[in-house]
Amino acid sequence: MSTIVSLPDQSTARLPKVSYLNKEYGLKSWLLTGDHKRIAVLYMISITFFFFIGGAMAALIRMELLTPPSDLLAADTYNKVFTAHGLIMVFFFLVPSVPATIGNFLIPIMVGAKDLAFPKINLLSWYLYIVAGTMMIGVLAFGGVDTGWTFTTPLSTHYLNTHVVSAGLAVFVAGFSSIFTGLNFIVTIHRMRAPGMTWFRLPLFVWSHYAASILMVLGTPVLAITLVLVVLERTIGIGVFDPTKGGDPLLFQHLFWFYSHPAVYIMILPGMGVISEVISTFSRKRVFGYTAVAFSSVAIAVFGFFVWAHHMFVMGISNYSALVFSLLTMLVAVPSAIKIFNWSATLYKGSITFETPMLYAFGFLGLFTIGGLTGVFLGSLGMDIHLTETYFIVAHFHFVMVGGMLMAYLSGVHFWWPKITGRMYPEGVSKLAAVITFVGFVLTFFPQFILGYLGMPRRYAAYPPEFQVLNVFSSAGASVLGVGYLLPLLYLTWSLKYGKIAGPNPWQATGLEWQIQSPPLTENFAETPIVTHEAYDYEWLESQKPSEVPTVG
Amino acid sequence: MDSQTLAAQTAETGHIGHGEHPPYLRHHFENAPQQREAATFGMWLFLLTEIMFFGGLFCAYLIFRNWYYPAFVAGSHTLHIWAGTLNTTLLIISSFTMAMAVHAAETRMRKAIMGWMIVTIILGCGFLCVKAYEWHDEWVDHHVPGLNFSPESFLHGSKAYPDDKLSLDMAEKTQLYYSLYFAMTGMHALHMIIGVSLLTILLIQVYGGKYVNGHVAPIENFGLYWHFVDIVWIFLFPLLYLISRHQ
Repeated sequence: MSTIVSLPDQSTARLPKVSYLNKEYGLKSWLLTGDHKRIAVLYMISITFFFFIGGAMAALIRMELLTPPSDLLAADTYNKVFTAHGLIMVFFFLVPSVPATIGNFLIPIMVGAKDLAFPKINLLSWYLYIVAGTMMIGVLAFGGVDTGWTFTTPLSTHYLNTHVVSAGLAVFVAGFSSIFTGLNFIVTIHRMRAPGMTWFRLPLFVWSHYAASILMVLGTPVLAITLVLVVLERTIGIGVFDPTKGGDPLLFQHLFWFYSHPAVYIMILPGMGVISEVISTFSRKRVFGYTAVAFSSVAIAVFGFFVWAHHMFVMGISNYSALVFSLLTMLVAVPSAIKIFNWSATLYKGSITFETPMLYAFGFLGLFTIGGLTGVFLGSLGMDIHLTETYFIVAHFHFVMVGGMLMAYLSGVHFWWPKITGRMYPEGVSKLAAVITFVGFVLTFFPQFILGYLGMPRRYAAYPPEFQVLNVFSSAGASVLGVGYLLPLLYLTWSLKYGKIAGPNPWQATGLEWQIQSPPLTENFAETPIVTHEAYDYEWLESQKPSEVPTVG
Repeated sequence: MDSQTLAAQTAETGHIGHGEHPPYLRHHFENAPQQREAATFGMWLFLLTEIMFFGGLFCAYLIFRNWYYPAFVAGSHTLHIWAGTLNTTLLIISSFTMAMAVHAAETRMRKAIMGWMIVTIILGCGFLCVKAYEWHDEWVDHHVPGLNFSPESFLHGSKAYPDDKLSLDMAEKTQLYYSLYFAMTGMHALHMIIGVSLLTILLIQVYGGKYVNGHVAPIENFGLYWHFVDIVWIFLFPLLYLISRHQ
């Protein structure tokens, strides 16, 4: 049975003389870097910027919904605000959040490689992201777009007079950034593993990124061609989605959701990888059912491609296909449940400690489970007719995306902060932030389940007065949530200069990334590691004497 | 070779001095075969994304062809079958010359690489010229949906196909045929233009002495791309030109 290994005395830890952060200086050494760790940092700064823009939009939405009439924002402005919130949060925060930052930083280290397989393509991916982001900011500055993030035809192609084309192209470009990230991960995981790093010695973080990368590579091109057709329809009127020319708007829905449902798994799978690492580390146990958790990631990726039409139950698809897609939707809950059960079993009889990443991980477990189960409600045909396009949907996917993915992202950022920066975040205030985030989140989104069940539709600036109490709860929760997100921004920035020096392995974790110095060398490993043990072998770690732990620097 | 075998080889031989690495080996790869296999694997994955990209168009084609079959037949009959056949021939030959260029690179014959590449570029440009001629013809015939379209010519049947008399409603649906025709051949032509441009860059690099020292992965991977674009056309030709030609 494993025991708690006491943390090393951090007062003796020193920052290494040479690391990826101080090997070169100057703006050029960052903007032209091929180093996956620097690109990860660039990505982290950029997505944080977009997260707070999207967050500001959310704040406007909640302020408008404080009172029943549409008083703060006019209805068309409100449409633009929630569209901007959706587009920015989905394509510029959630999709790249964990993979492009933490994944980019860690996957080469976890497989024992010096870099991703294609460093230049990795940098290109960041530049494409920046180009797309600039276009999106431009769209907002020049008057916005009000299609909703789904670009629904014929609304987007015929009836709106806003910047649909430039917004569509921005998402098109952002899609290529995501394709390149996924392609790089798959090749790296297949071809760059160190000697002895077999598939079943890989950390589950790598497995979940592998599954998410498959979705990025196979799904995103379909979104790309769909957006091209929307743009062509809007600019020259080719008519593939236009019923007056014989085209079919439903075809747009099929093509769009063929990407955008798997995109949900692109967003959540990397987060699940973070949770596996954090739970294992802070219960000091191997992840229970490693193989099942690994394959459930792949199963989610495969099933995820065959459930898209559950977004279209009320759009006039045939009853038979609705039945089949309802069944498949419920099947995809199985691998997700396998993960939740295995994480719970990992906690069972573990030596649990409650560091900040673990608090966020607990938040993930609870909120993702609620989000996932309400997904099963929505997947059942009868319930869906009642609940579709209401606040129930809004609450459901915010529980999965924000309660799930954002919690996982923050968990991962705190967990690997010492590795990325070489310094610890302040433990006390960060625990407070984790708790505030959880409380704020539940207060914001739980009332929305009730609102949706009572029939309040989404995407309207005004609502009947009887819904006000629950909306006030929700807006109050959003303010708490805002504090919960601002706190990490402040104290993590503070810790860059004043945080305690972390040392190579502050959590006494087993992963390969913890056996090297923090922050790592540019080439990660002084010499190619030879892997002899699996990812979560705490007994191996305990039997190591300090001199045997292969640290560098 | 499996990545584990590759990695283990290096681990066994230990780190030989940097002087013994070939100059094109990037620092993060253990050895040249690993680098080459990573590049090829990445290229295949990229082609997979391309298949999904064109897949959306093929899906739309499948549905609308089933719905509006007479319109698709009539639309198909207006294309020049000789132009399609000529283009198919040009592309198949260009795939052969590209394969020969890769072979020449593997056998390190600089002049032969350049020769085969130039022939490939000429064939690619020839394809684009024929395609441009066809598009011009369709513009003249008012067959460009959205910009310049009239269903008039489908109401009375043509000389070659007098049976192609469509009702006004079905004649309107030929717009979808042409939409897909222009979207698919347009995307394909875009890929051809990118291909010809990349090939020109490679040609200049070979002229400057690159890729003749055994480092053939870029040429090999470009070859894969070229063959892929060729194969897309092999599907487009029967789907767009050969609908019900036996009538």
